[in-house]
Amino acid sequence: MAPVKQLPAARQVDMMTALKEAAFAALVTFGLCIPIIAWGTRQNLDNVLVLDPRWDAVAWAVAIIFVGRFLMALRQQKRGEGKSMVRLLPHGTIGFFQRHSRLFSLAGLGFLVTFPIIAITLAGWGGALKWIDNFGVQILIYVMLGWGLNIVVGLAGLLDLGYVAFYAVGAYSYALLAKNFGLSFWILLPMSGILAAFWGMLLGFPVLRLRGDYLAIVTLAFGEIIRLILINWVDFSNGYAGISGIPRPTFFGIPFTAADNGFAAVFGLEFSPLYRTIFLYYVILGLALLTAFVTLRLRRLPVGRAWEALREDEIACRSLGINTTNTKLTAFSLGAMFGGFAGSFFAARQGFISPESFVFMESAIILAIVVLGGMGSLWGVAIAASAMIGGTELLRELEWLKQIFGPDFDPTKYRMLIFGFAMVVIMIWKPRGLISTREPTAFLKEKKAISADMVQEGHG
Amino acid sequence: MEVFLQQLINGLTLGSIYGLIAIGYTMVFGIIGMVNFAHGDVFMLSAFIALIFFMLIASWFGAGLIVVALIFVLVLAMFFTSLWNWTIERVAYRPLRGSFRLAPLISAIGMSIFLTNFVQVVQGPRNKSIPPMLNKSITLIESTTYSVQISYKQIVIILTTAILLAAFWFIVQKTSLGRAQRACEQDRKMAGLLGIDVDRTISITFVMGAALAAVAGVMYLVLYGVVNFADGFTPGVKAFTAAVLGGIGSLPGAVIGGLLIGLIEVFWSAYFTIDYKDVAAFCILAVVLVFMPSGILGRPEVEKV
Repeated sequence: MAPVKQLPAARQVDMMTALKEAAFAALVTFGLCIPIIAWGTRQNLDNVLVLDPRWDAVAWAVAIIFVGRFLMALRQQKRGEGKSMVRLLPHGTIGFFQRHSRLFSLAGLGFLVTFPIIAITLAGWGGALKWIDNFGVQILIYVMLGWGLNIVVGLAGLLDLGYVAFYAVGAYSYALLAKNFGLSFWILLPMSGILAAFWGMLLGFPVLRLRGDYLAIVTLAFGEIIRLILINWVDFSNGYAGISGIPRPTFFGIPFTAADNGFAAVFGLEFSPLYRTIFLYYVILGLALLTAFVTLRLRRLPVGRAWEALREDEIACRSLGINTTNTKLTAFSLGAMFGGFAGSFFAARQGFISPESFVFMESAIILAIVVLGGMGSLWGVAIAASAMIGGTELLRELEWLKQIFGPDFDPTKYRMLIFGFAMVVIMIWKPRGLISTREPTAFLKEKKAISADMVQEGHG
Repeated sequence: MEVFLQQLINGLTLGSIYGLIAIGYTMVFGIIGMVNFAHGDVFMLSAFIALIFFMLIASWFGAGLIVVALIFVLVLAMFFTSLWNWTIERVAYRPLRGSFRLAPLISAIGMSIFLTNFVQVVQGPRNKSIPPMLNKSITLIESTTYSVQISYKQIVIILTTAILLAAFWFIVQKTSLGRAQRACEQDRKMAGLLGIDVDRTISITFVMGAALAAVAGVMYLVLYGVVNFADGFTPGVKAFTAAVLGGIGSLPGAVIGGLLIGLIEVFWSAYFTIDYKDVAAFCILAVVLVFMPSGILGRPEVEKV
């Protein structure tokens, strides 16, 4: 009979310590809840503010934190000292994906191309519209914006918090030129890209000397300035009211309408709004893939290598004779160009734009997608965009939660709350982003994936 | 001339609020080199905390002695806002210390989004207003066309700011705590080797920043009487502008910068157009950072190779 294995002394669970830690966390939570949760403010019928005590909510919050902290403390003790590692995937999974990245890219591409067909087969003609529009198109817009910003942040290492300005430039260029001059989507798409790139250069020029956090704040200021001008210059942009009735894109001249010369009639199909959505889906898919293709190719060109060198060490770059001004400006304007493409697509898809769509929060979301995915990693950005945008869109589908929490419960209210919280949690869990290994473009003899800690910011 | 004097008073009032918030930015940047993006939202949160305490005190004791109530609210708001910022530092920033440069910034942006939406969820999206208080004012210059007035509110705001800044200045310059802070600012590793508890010092820095933001929050509520969950962003960016203008890392610089930004904003609204007052503030931010990155009182950044 084998002897009973004794637990080592260090593994003994110390209940008291865990309880103490949990009690402390609960006490802090209680303190945090006292003013802001314990009393809700509400306008009564006379429009006077009154307080509603909500001690049950405080009790819930304290209890949840107490139990959560207690379990965490126990878990940490079991794992011994040091930071507890959370692993969702078995070791080497990401390496496996990276070794077969070509295969997975093809599989992913195949899925994206067939996504509308899959959606129609699974959800039917009626249900597919929501899936293709809310999930397919919406996520792909953010993937494209993420990949565009990735050129600026991930490759060139310039932290841009005002990316949404270029998105706005693209959207307003399309909206105004299409409405006032009647130009078609296919002429205006490259044009808005060029205009956005021009603005990128214009805004990029004065901030070239800045670095890091300062650059982030100035780009934020520029983003806000453009939005405030769009709000206040009413003659130009119609202010808060925005621009409505923007011409929708046509299938190379054939409009998606129920009329006799519409898409459905020309091709002898029954009219359905789904055709336009599917068309838009393929347009944004094409644009996103173009962004990815250009990024991958540019990384192998001298200018792409210069970006990455610049990101790693600006002084070394300058001493080696790289023109840092031009290098930064190309990164800024190329990133802006893709933002402009996405913007004009956005205007064409919505048919209505207003400054409300271009608030700072959008810039923060795009930057969050790039950083959370792992800067410089195209896969990481795509995964982060799907998780963050798709995840928050999924909250709209959680109607069944109403049966648990009562009819007043509205899961969409918590969308951005969860988004912000997820940003903090992912940063603490994986500060280098979800994909935290990098493949160098320049290497000696053998190409190896390295940890992202070895490089400054991106895909070193 | 009368208009100028009146706007000067208004500008100083607004500027002291910006200055109080700016100190939180400048201290945190000085000690851990990070733009605490959530600071504007901490300010907004403190205004909500103050609003709730104002109403509690009014319903328990009546609204008789407004000054006593104000002092109580100030102390309570400072305490609870500090607790919030202490927790935020502990949960969202401390685990990322020593991580790569962008991680704390992204975490702070996440925290900012979280705080904004947290307040929206728990307190509702509508403007929250309290009945106006301290409405009387003193007429300084009597004139047939335009008389210059300073309201009790403005006196309270300017006085409170001045007193608290003096107290704060004393803490940073004369106590061992302030010495530890300044040491950490110069060289965190060396300070740690010499026996300073660096983590604790950083925590206290966040607590102090939050306490001053809470003062600003209470003053904001007294001045405007209304607060909204989205009110943190613009004052936050303007206060950061103030910190940069004064020279980031410098405490008197933050106050000077705050007063300047307040004055510029008020004069711009009075003499040019009110629509573009935020554009003016943001343009100043860009111009200062591009042409004068070390600000008025800051030390120039040394480029080490």
